[in-house]
Amino acid sequence: MPQSADRILDHASLFNEPEYLELFARKHALENRVPPDKVQEQLDYTKSWEYREKNLARESLCINPAKACQPLGAMFATVGFAKTLAFNHGSQGCTAYFRSHLARHFKEPCAAVSTSMTEDAAVFGGMQNLIDGLSNAYTVYKPDMIVVSTTCIAEVIGDDLSAFIANAREKGSVPMDFPVAQAHTPSFVGSHINGYDAVIKGVFTYLWEGKTREPNERINIIPGFDGFAVGNNRELKRILNAFDIGYDIISDVSDQFDTPTDGTYRMFDGGTPLDTVRGAINAKATVSMQKYCTEKAGAFVAEKGQQYASFHYPLGLGATDEFLMKISDLTGKPIPDSLEKERGRLVDAMADSSAWLHGKSYSIFGDPDFVLGMTRFVMEMGGEPVHCLATNGNSEWAAEMKALLATSPYGARAQVWAGKDLWAMRSLLATEPSDYVIGSTYGKIFERDLGIPLIRLTFPIFDRHHHHRFPVWGYEGAIRVLVTILDKILDDLDRKTIKTGISFDMVR
Amino acid sequence: MGLRQIAFYGKGGIGKSTTSQNTLAALAELGRKILIVGCDPKADSTRLILHAKAQNSVLSLAAEAGSIEDLELEDVLKVGYRDIKCVESGGPEPGVGCAGRGVITSINFLEENGAYEGVDYVSYDVLGDVVCGGFAMPIRENKAQEIYIVMSGEMMALYAANNISRGILKYAANGTVRLGGLICNSRMTDKELDLSEAMAKKLGTQLIHFVPRDNVVQHAELRRMTVLEYDPECAQAEEYRKLAKKIDANGGKGTIPTPVSMDELEDMLMQFGILKPDDETIVGQARNKAVA
Repeated sequence: MPQSADRILDHASLFNEPEYLELFARKHALENRVPPDKVQEQLDYTKSWEYREKNLARESLCINPAKACQPLGAMFATVGFAKTLAFNHGSQGCTAYFRSHLARHFKEPCAAVSTSMTEDAAVFGGMQNLIDGLSNAYTVYKPDMIVVSTTCIAEVIGDDLSAFIANAREKGSVPMDFPVAQAHTPSFVGSHINGYDAVIKGVFTYLWEGKTREPNERINIIPGFDGFAVGNNRELKRILNAFDIGYDIISDVSDQFDTPTDGTYRMFDGGTPLDTVRGAINAKATVSMQKYCTEKAGAFVAEKGQQYASFHYPLGLGATDEFLMKISDLTGKPIPDSLEKERGRLVDAMADSSAWLHGKSYSIFGDPDFVLGMTRFVMEMGGEPVHCLATNGNSEWAAEMKALLATSPYGARAQVWAGKDLWAMRSLLATEPSDYVIGSTYGKIFERDLGIPLIRLTFPIFDRHHHHRFPVWGYEGAIRVLVTILDKILDDLDRKTIKTGISFDMVR
Repeated sequence: MGLRQIAFYGKGGIGKSTTSQNTLAALAELGRKILIVGCDPKADSTRLILHAKAQNSVLSLAAEAGSIEDLELEDVLKVGYRDIKCVESGGPEPGVGCAGRGVITSINFLEENGAYEGVDYVSYDVLGDVVCGGFAMPIRENKAQEIYIVMSGEMMALYAANNISRGILKYAANGTVRLGGLICNSRMTDKELDLSEAMAKKLGTQLIHFVPRDNVVQHAELRRMTVLEYDPECAQAEEYRKLAKKIDANGGKGTIPTPVSMDELEDMLMQFGILKPDDETIVGQARNKAVA
């Protein structure tokens, strides 16, 4: 036996022991599997141009979309409000998926409840589930607010949240004045970024009901759906505090997804206080860090008379400059000296590493705003984007991408892929490879299959820990992104030169 | 005036689409700007206005384009008689998919893309009965304020009217939807007017108009026209004008319906001789037993 109670082997080595290798070979023979060379032949074919054309023409099948569904974004947005319970109107499995998806990335529990719809609820409508659910959730978890989102089943049968919630109030599930906001988030429409948007708008709609705007000088910041929210939101606060301005982050998950281990379980931690959100109607302006995460919420604040500005996940030098200048414009405050220094340090770091960064090529996938922000920074570092792909990107995004690429000679060879999935990305990379792929954990397959190293810089990152604790926004965040990319490039170089004896150098 | 949203419901085949299009044509004569939203997978709610067989529906065009996001408003919105704007929501083939969800998808699309801007009336023409949550979309909060039920003096039409009232009641308690009234599209059955009035009373509403039967409606329909356009001088056109004026003046006057139980409804039908009382002594008796 390769292992015993005294000698426990990790799976990575255990299954390479001769006993297991023999067992796998026997299993292979017993199951009469296709021989490895045949499998390889087919795999090689799927890397050809011929297959790529078939793959890109594919219409009726989606394989590995780089997006999640609306209620996931809804849940993320919800837990960014103080003591607010995410309440999903649908079956338990949906809610379990959202919770585990977030927990796998943040390595934190994500509490949420479901109305546990089953067959009878699908036939008779989910009103009773919602009434009972609100009553239980309110009684057991004692939140300050509940945000109801929906899933496929509730949407297909046409459950009317407004009427159901009103009925639940009348039946005493929750007190008449207890905050219950709502968002219709059918999973089969759009993606998590739309669910995020729907909840922000839903919370504004509920908490601003009947209020008249009395403008003040504060600024609302909506971060958008962001896997780096823990680090980024804290960095945002550090930057805005340096400005010494009045601001409120709308839906701040940075504490909720980073609770300390000190013996106390915190079902709710941090988040934007509800009174702050109530007052946010009076803000001078709302700034969205991710345009495609706040299309409806943005239109809603503009309707209320606020100024509205949006960014595309600002990464790197130019995008951070624009963000800071916008804050300065809106508030009339100069950009603090401390931030100017940070800018200089970023420029210094970019110059220090430019010999290694220049001319490297990247393919980038993720949410529309991330891909825009990342592509821009890559070009600033002298990198050449090859494939820019967003499964949840639309034609407007594609046009913005093309306009961005046209601003730099580094963008000349880039291709933009809106609505395509990661199986399409595989064909693209197999036929027209780039040096690196920037994306989520789901890009890992390209590393194994095509030998293209993956740089993990967007949600979800399931197979590495704690990246989300560090910011990627701001000048300091940009340095972190630069280091992440550079580390991968230099590790890759060390790996490539390990046997040559040519340049396995101590100094790079 | 603010935007008024109304909806026509009623049993299938009762003449809902014919009545609604003629009435809306008469409202357009009064200078009202109108948008018709057909909520029936058959997509025949706008043919008399557009002189078309069946309008390309939102859902069929969305299916062609790949997704609803790829549609533009001008692809689905057609303009017909007296500048009445027409949209058909459409839906799946019989026996597949979910037509109710189709109604929700279409109405959301229209709202988001500004179809409701610059019109005085939005009118929904809704399939037969309130069969699922999707078909109740037009009676949800912030949608139709008044529902008009098209019916006649027949048993099934009255059942349907009662059922639709139950649907309205469900949403009326917490929303703005009200029952505007019954429209009797006459089938020349016995005591039809009395019966319709009695039914309206039972439902806590009014018989807003009794539309007599006239062959000119069929003649117009063969030409895919409303009577208002085909023969504006005829008496039937005048009836639709009367109905249009009544609806126009009926804004905010709808009521919360008081649907009745099956027994109550059947009692009423018996009073009018439409339903014969059940002979309880023969229930469950096979023929040979009864003879013996």
